Amino acid sequence: VTQVAGNPSLTVDPPYDVPEYGSTAKRAPHQPLVLVPEELMDPLGPLFGESPIRASDADLTRQHPGEPLGERINISGRLLAPDGDPIAGQLIEIWQCNAAGRYAHERDRHPAPLDPNFTGAGRCLTGPDGSYRFVTIRPGAYPWANHPNAWRPAHVHFSVFGRNFSERLITQMYFPFDPLLPYDPIFNSVRDQAARRRLVSSFDWDSTEEGWALGYRFDIAVAGRLATPQQGSP
Amino acid sequence: VSRPGPTPSQTIGPFFRFGLEWMAGRDLVPDRHPGRTVIRGRVLDGDDVPVPDAVVELWQAMCPEAPPGWTGFGRSLTDDQGCYQFTTAKPVAPGDGQAPHLQLSVFARGLLQRLVTRIYFADEFTANASDPLLRRLPAHRRDTLVASGAGGMLSFDIHLQGPDETVFLAC
Repeated sequence: VTQVAGNPSLTVDPPYDVPEYGSTAKRAPHQPLVLVPEELMDPLGPLFGESPIRASDADLTRQHPGEPLGERINISGRLLAPDGDPIAGQLIEIWQCNAAGRYAHERDRHPAPLDPNFTGAGRCLTGPDGSYRFVTIRPGAYPWANHPNAWRPAHVHFSVFGRNFSERLITQMYFPFDPLLPYDPIFNSVRDQAARRRLVSSFDWDSTEEGWALGYRFDIAVAGRLATPQQGSP
Repeated sequence: VSRPGPTPSQTIGPFFRFGLEWMAGRDLVPDRHPGRTVIRGRVLDGDDVPVPDAVVELWQAMCPEAPPGWTGFGRSLTDDQGCYQFTTAKPVAPGDGQAPHLQLSVFARGLLQRLVTRIYFADEFTANASDPLLRRLPAHRRDTLVASGAGGMLSFDIHLQGPDETVFLAC
């Protein structure tokens, strides 16, 4: 059996077992992953071109009668294959907390206000050049129970579909110069520093809108099939 | 085109329902579809405690007489008992020696990247016995990938950890 110890992509993805992130303790598998030989991979993934997605689903500031509180931002970028080719017509979903750091979720007990004008969920299909664009508000930081005085840096959750099953990815986008980043065990679960930096969006002057919104850029490249699997013993 | 570095995975976190539920709960086949099968199971942690904040995604090859608009994709958010459920039909055999199977991704708080596994069908005894992936597994772990039950109602629990840990795949 060809097995991979712990981490299928070996360089960029975080390991399952990260002691600093308490929730991994009972959920990380202990057995090594079993490598599926390339010839046994199912080649195609779903296409969501027929999904009921409206252009307005990409504007999180227009889902309620009033304007949400917070700093209005555009988030744009491209969805790319490992070779740099654009991935067109695939689904990107985002979700986030509001400007005060509170999720529109029944289990979020952070004593910060909900915003009746902000749910925090959006989706779109990538364009022919792999591009996407969301309008939202900048999410707040919030405390969590992982360790004493633990705070999550501001982040937006991203769920993307690549061209096949291997390229399915869920990740989080962070903001540049966030002072909480060095203290966050989830961000720092990515052990490779260069890879970790790719989780941080860049301030993007070109996508700001005068008198209206600031802009951030976040390109997403799916890893897909691991390039150099480690050979383990049976 | 420059070759971009891959974007690392991060956990789905605990508070995803309002963002991901819109596409969940869709049956892959309608009520009277030939071979209609309900697959139901729990996601359990290392203490056998149900995981109520997981997303299980199904991805499968085409089933016979696939309905119009078929994508082969399903998404199920676990409930308070850690249960997920799909309604589908067994896919056609891939034709490369593999037995018919379903692919699953599991996302949850505490999983920094998804877990991937497969569901095989107990009534495909002969095909399973010669399946090239199942044959690579030690006998005692092979059964973690075979759903139990019959008659259109199958059960497949996902053990993240522990003595019954499900076989998880790197792909």
